[in-house]
Amino acid sequence: MRRFTRLFHDLDATSRTAEKVAALVAFFRDAPTSDAAVALAMLSGRRQRRGVTTTLLRAWAAEEAGLPDWLLEESYAAVGDLAETLALVLPPGDDTSEPLGLAEMMAGTIEPLAAASVEEKREIIRAAWRRLRPEEMVVWHKLITGGFRVGVARTLVARALAEIAGVDAATMAHRLMGLSTITPEVYQAVLKSDSAGDDPTRPYPFFLASPLEGGVESLGDVRDWCAEWKWDGMRAQLLRRGAVRVLWTRGEELATEAFPELMAAADQLPDGTAVDGEVLAYDGHALLGFQSLSRRAGRRSVSAKMMREIPCVFVAYDLLEADGIDLRERPLAERRRLLEALGLPCFVGQCERPASGDPAAAAGDRLFVSPCVAAQEWNDLAAARATSRGRGVEGLMLKRWQSPYRVGRPRGDWWKWKVEPLEIDAVLLYAQAGHGRRASLYTDYTLGVWEGDTLVPVAKAYSGLTDAEIAEVDRVIRQTTRERHGPVRVVEPTLVFQLAFDGIAASSRHKSGVAMRFPRIARWRRDKQPAEAGRLEDLRALLSPAVEGGSS
Amino acid sequence: MPTGPLRSTALEMPGTLEMSPAGLYCPAGGFHIDPWKPVPRAVITHAHADHARSGCGQYLCLSTGKRVLRERVGASAKIDTLRRRERQRVGDVDLQLVPSGHILGSAQVCITHRGVRWVVTGDYKLEADPTCDPFETVEADVLVTESTFGLPIYRWGDARETAASINAWWRASREAGSTCVLFAYALGKAQRLASMLDPSIGPIYAHGAVMKMVRAYRDSGVRLPPIDQLAPATRRAGGGRAMVIAPPSTAGSRWLKTFGETRVAMASGWMTIRGVRRRRGFDRGFVVSDHADFPGLVQAVEASRAKRVYVTHGSSAVFARFLCERGIEASVLETRFSGEEGSDEPTDAPGVEPATDIPGQPDTRPTVSARDEDGESA
Repeated sequence: MRRFTRLFHDLDATSRTAEKVAALVAFFRDAPTSDAAVALAMLSGRRQRRGVTTTLLRAWAAEEAGLPDWLLEESYAAVGDLAETLALVLPPGDDTSEPLGLAEMMAGTIEPLAAASVEEKREIIRAAWRRLRPEEMVVWHKLITGGFRVGVARTLVARALAEIAGVDAATMAHRLMGLSTITPEVYQAVLKSDSAGDDPTRPYPFFLASPLEGGVESLGDVRDWCAEWKWDGMRAQLLRRGAVRVLWTRGEELATEAFPELMAAADQLPDGTAVDGEVLAYDGHALLGFQSLSRRAGRRSVSAKMMREIPCVFVAYDLLEADGIDLRERPLAERRRLLEALGLPCFVGQCERPASGDPAAAAGDRLFVSPCVAAQEWNDLAAARATSRGRGVEGLMLKRWQSPYRVGRPRGDWWKWKVEPLEIDAVLLYAQAGHGRRASLYTDYTLGVWEGDTLVPVAKAYSGLTDAEIAEVDRVIRQTTRERHGPVRVVEPTLVFQLAFDGIAASSRHKSGVAMRFPRIARWRRDKQPAEAGRLEDLRALLSPAVEGGSS
Repeated sequence: MPTGPLRSTALEMPGTLEMSPAGLYCPAGGFHIDPWKPVPRAVITHAHADHARSGCGQYLCLSTGKRVLRERVGASAKIDTLRRRERQRVGDVDLQLVPSGHILGSAQVCITHRGVRWVVTGDYKLEADPTCDPFETVEADVLVTESTFGLPIYRWGDARETAASINAWWRASREAGSTCVLFAYALGKAQRLASMLDPSIGPIYAHGAVMKMVRAYRDSGVRLPPIDQLAPATRRAGGGRAMVIAPPSTAGSRWLKTFGETRVAMASGWMTIRGVRRRRGFDRGFVVSDHADFPGLVQAVEASRAKRVYVTHGSSAVFARFLCERGIEASVLETRFSGEEGSDEPTDAPGVEPATDIPGQPDTRPTVSARDEDGESA
């Protein structure tokens, strides 16, 4: 635990990549295998099953520290991190027995919680509190609350382990994909040079696109680029290897059970195939939107009714493995040719409902290929991109025909060229302190627009302002607070922000009747008075009939 | 959340202390305490910019604080002093100044009027500090206390351990050939930190604003290790071995860039919260404060045995509610003091107006709305 605590503080104390990697290398070199395996699981963002609710944890901590519950909540609002808050308020431990290792700590104080009774949980936790050193408090609470994030990208962990194993970072990133539980044996296998590719469920590391910032002309000749629609779905990898059929999300979660119809359809793929693409909710003629899709994702089982109501398809745009051979180093042009050779139907997306029957739905097609958007010049693509919203897509993806399938988010070969966002001026109604870097600063804003002469909340947003603006807004919020409800401040409506969002759908779950997709603050409209802000009917006018029909 | 009776309140005994447009005012004595506008007679708790402003007709402070106050209010200002606990009749009240342990010359103001004893703590800390006189408990009927760190997350560690970790950081940076830059309030914190440093590690330099106050401390008889002001030609003199103490307003400045490779740290109570340190981009954050931590605030309030407590700047609403639940009648008193370098943007550079934080509810604000005066104060 000492060693891991030191790693945590070392990672926290520097923003330099090289120093973080060095700290990781030092840790993994020295740590016993059992501790290293636990650390790898934590650093990979593996969520430990939470053995105790944070409600109980807070109540016990408040009692242990002799504080009223409300004061603990106030403290949490100031710190913006529960593990850190608990570490700061708990009295220092008085148990001076030998310090425990990380694996022992997990096995002794965290893993038993799940099966323990409430009283037993409490005893285990109180014993741990007595035993922890002050500097270990934060780390242990991060482990127990399952929110272990230390600002270390997984690519850095891969780099560190690659250095220890003597392989390149991409190879290590692949070995780290799709590991189920990280036991000491698994950890050792990851370091051994001959263990890659032996697990038939292992996905490839995803290649992620960056937002295009300059003009498209800067990309050179349009003929060097493959353009595809940017679907508003869930990025995923579909694998078929022998009897194994699995669907992995970008967050490395197995989504196999949430989409049984896709797994059945995967049978039509040849043995030894891995395709990269997007899961979409689609009823044969309309895209049902991300909201609908998110009701299916993350489920352990799906009812027939839900499968009927929210049918899903997989739209492939890359082929990573064919005949069991890793194709990632081949250029996109070749991978695309091989993908099309699989013979999957081309995905048309949003289309008119045919007068009689629906060919696609009738055929029960579930797997599609994402079409290329043809262009002679950049203007053709600009014109195509302008039709995005009507098609229910987010814009275009631009991929260099010559590019290999890379690991992570290196810039240069894959760009997302999203449609210009929609915008409305909205008024700040409520504010809440942020988390992490924005702890104790009011940075989470709820914004509203006018309906008649009242302001109705329409979105929560928290970005797009400079640090100086954030500090200034924070000050205004403190000065114009009208009421406080726990950590939330209700403010006088004085501040107007231009709110940007990528889409909008009708929603029965929101008071305003609309739900925005990815709302964020574009800028502070100091020049506007609240009375000049937008109106709810402006937002309703943006609801397209197709999108409206598709949402719940 | 605090509601009802805990909302900000006007002071209940206007004959002794009341809020005026210039700040806390004692009508029976005819003086203000730490006024934020020029007034004829000002009693000053300590020389930080948000408590001591220039332009008043006459100042009264603790004798140990005269030299640093002079630095703040100018050579021509008329400054009278009281010795520790010396009793003086001012108008209809008895006035005493008692050390508060915040910085050199900082004082609690004790006013006895018609048999009732009022104590205005100003800023204070209970920890030992070799650069100033220690806090002394005074019994009070009515206490006006600060609450900058009025949340239980704020608990200061042992000062010697903090000193050891600052020196260890300095040593490690020296090994790496980087100059250390430690950001701190130019008055008080900077000198206290200097007293914690181990001068055998390397040379100590200070920014001009800090140096001015170092001289004032030395003139007042406080012993500090050798500290040099950095002339432009000598900036690289430390050769990556030096410790530089500078006000936080110099962060990211061109002045700082002239040092070459640096590692920067902030010394402040706010560094308790990781997110605050990360947001500001400091390599390290050392928890060192000249304000009382939460246990310190509770201890000071209880030791005063006050029956009535007003809580000013900081987590005032929270701390007042906490006191009420412990059976002490407490409420929020709104002032324009900003406490320790505001949690985000420290504004301790000389001449810079500290940000005003007005917790609580504007619609129930007492006699005067502070917002009306923004930009007018000296």
